[in-house]
Amino acid sequence: MSKIWLIIKREYLTRVRNKTFILSTFLTPLLFAGIIAIVVFITVKNSDKEKIAVIDNSGVFKEKVDSSKSVRFVLNPSVDTSNYVAQGYTAVLYSPNNQINKTPRWQLYSKKNFGVMVKDKINDKINKETENDLLLSMYNINSKAIDSVRQLASTVKIDDIIMEEGSKLSKGNSGVAYAVGYGAAFLIYITLFIYGSMVMRGVMEEKTNRIAEVVVSSVKPYQLMMGKIIGIGAVGLTQFFMWIILISALSSAVGAFIPHDLLQQVNEANKSLPGGNIGMQGNEALIGLAKAQNELSSVNWWLVTGCFIFYFLFGYLFYAALFAAVGSAVNEDPQDAQSLMFPITMPIVLAIVIMINAITHPESALATWSSMVPFFSPIVMMARIPFGVPGTVPYWQLALSMLSLIGGFLFTTWLSAKIYRTAILMYGKKVTWKEMWKWAFRKN
Amino acid sequence: MSLLEVKGLKKYYATQKAVDDISFAIEPGTIFGLLGPNGAGKTTLLRMITGIFYPDEGQIIFDGKKFDPENDVVHIGYMPEERGLYKKMKIGEQALYLARLKGLGKEDALEKIKQWFVKFEMQSWWNKKVEDLSKGMGQKLQFVTTVLHEPKLIILDEPFSGLDPVNSNLIKEEIYQLAKRGCTIIFSTHRMEQVEEICDQIILVNKGQKILDGTVNGVKQQYKDNLFHIGLQQVPQTIQSNYFEVIKQENNVLEVKIKEGATTNNVLQHFIQEGVGVTEFHEILPTLNDIFIKVVGNTPLARQFETVQQ
Repeated sequence: MSKIWLIIKREYLTRVRNKTFILSTFLTPLLFAGIIAIVVFITVKNSDKEKIAVIDNSGVFKEKVDSSKSVRFVLNPSVDTSNYVAQGYTAVLYSPNNQINKTPRWQLYSKKNFGVMVKDKINDKINKETENDLLLSMYNINSKAIDSVRQLASTVKIDDIIMEEGSKLSKGNSGVAYAVGYGAAFLIYITLFIYGSMVMRGVMEEKTNRIAEVVVSSVKPYQLMMGKIIGIGAVGLTQFFMWIILISALSSAVGAFIPHDLLQQVNEANKSLPGGNIGMQGNEALIGLAKAQNELSSVNWWLVTGCFIFYFLFGYLFYAALFAAVGSAVNEDPQDAQSLMFPITMPIVLAIVIMINAITHPESALATWSSMVPFFSPIVMMARIPFGVPGTVPYWQLALSMLSLIGGFLFTTWLSAKIYRTAILMYGKKVTWKEMWKWAFRKN
Repeated sequence: MSLLEVKGLKKYYATQKAVDDISFAIEPGTIFGLLGPNGAGKTTLLRMITGIFYPDEGQIIFDGKKFDPENDVVHIGYMPEERGLYKKMKIGEQALYLARLKGLGKEDALEKIKQWFVKFEMQSWWNKKVEDLSKGMGQKLQFVTTVLHEPKLIILDEPFSGLDPVNSNLIKEEIYQLAKRGCTIIFSTHRMEQVEEICDQIILVNKGQKILDGTVNGVKQQYKDNLFHIGLQQVPQTIQSNYFEVIKQENNVLEVKIKEGATTNNVLQHFIQEGVGVTEFHEILPTLNDIFIKVVGNTPLARQFETVQQ
């Protein structure tokens, strides 16, 4: 036991002290935060770009033309299609029609092609102005009244109420569950590959270095293999905990500064403009962000985090043993590793395919049963859990899935240990899956 | 009492009888040479003795008791032919790690490592990585990590490969010292001149079977051809004798083969009677190299695969 501990310690320390580990641990959350910041920054900055002159012969556009931040409309300026650029406009929106014939044919003069977003905005604007104009002329309803009605109607929202046992009600949110499930499943998928192949490379290194021969003359091959798997697993957990700490520190830092100022700005901006919730494209993202923060609290984070750690750990152990077996069978040629790895990577990829289907139908038969199979459960079950336990995933399913994963891990470890024991000392011969199978199931 | 006794050891693979009924015994403090051509089964044999493989059949008795890999590996040091070290690990840490895997405590291990590093002038290596070492330096480090825990049995597979003469001598001297202190050393090699120089006892393995066993001198006696060098003051025109025949003549020195039933005295008498002065007379013993080639040479070079009936 103390020997396996020594091996774990070596595997752990040599990796944790590695520069790449330290860099990736600290830079990944910063990178994420940076990307989010850049996206927000660009959306905010990118708005207020287009200034469009409106020459309206039809009289649809009313005297006061409200504008969104990204597209500004200026009614009846003293420009025409020949000099608008010099006056600082990006385009001229021109209606050749007169008062009587209001049927739509507008012309947009510009030097460039507008993006879809801007095009939509302009289109929406014309539609809305036409609608207002028609309502006014045909039913004598003024635009202010219409706006306030619209605003009222737009406040209607759906609250998902999930009935839990004992008639306890909880607020559900399938959008957030979808996002969290997707994220968690993908994170497990990526980490299975990263840490699984780390185990494989470690084993290959020991074999090609012939250090394995020295070490197995002091410890059992099984201890060497398990020590490596556990050591690298601990590295993975360390990285996760560091990330969780860093991300929560970062997000609370962000929460303390940005939303306060910005959200206030957003609110003020909304108030100061008529038809408030139409404009302000850039800030919509921020409003969404604030909303998302609220909605995120509808997820049971303790459960999701707990399950995530469980499924990461045992999913990793399940696959790491197989990766170790493959690593032990590889000779100097890394090409061998590719072909031997294929049968292991296939179920992981298949799990992702199932997950993408399962996340839209978390209660389908495919989702339910594949989350019981240890090959897929770490990824598929992780996608279902945020939808609610025991609402979407009953307790028995969760328990069965966990038990079968633990059982699967014990089985793959037993299997791999037998392959590993033979293969780690086998040099110069290309090992096939058939041979590995034979080693795994022979008696001694 | 023997330190290691191997009785009827067998290990069959699907296509080969890697080790086929080998028995031998090694006394404590001996330097024991394990010889054999490539693929003779030496490595398999060594791996059974180091507890890496279980034998299919047969017994290993270590230090008077049945060999128990779990506990006895502490008393064994194994140095494989190719350098087996972690490339990216610091040398000091590596030595400490390998020593602790053998069951040494941290303080104890550190102290011993320092002693050996001083002895081999390796103190400045402590914080270097293995990838910075030359092959010979790596070999030295490997030797240190093998003998650090003062094992009763040390198994060295080609310990001198890649070493310059100075370092070769350094390690040779250490091997003698260890043997003097009571360590038993198994020495596996193809280099016969080293075996002749170092080993007390040898066995020769071919095709999984033991074909020679004995002391270096005993084996030479066994394979001698009754050849002698005779230096004469003047070589007579014709040499005719029932006791020997001349095989080669080089200036005044003859190489003669004594016939069955005759003795060396018969030869000397012959020349004395002829009145020829004898300046030198000594036996030509075969070198281990000759014996090796003689015994192994007539078998096919590459070992053929066969079907093994288990």
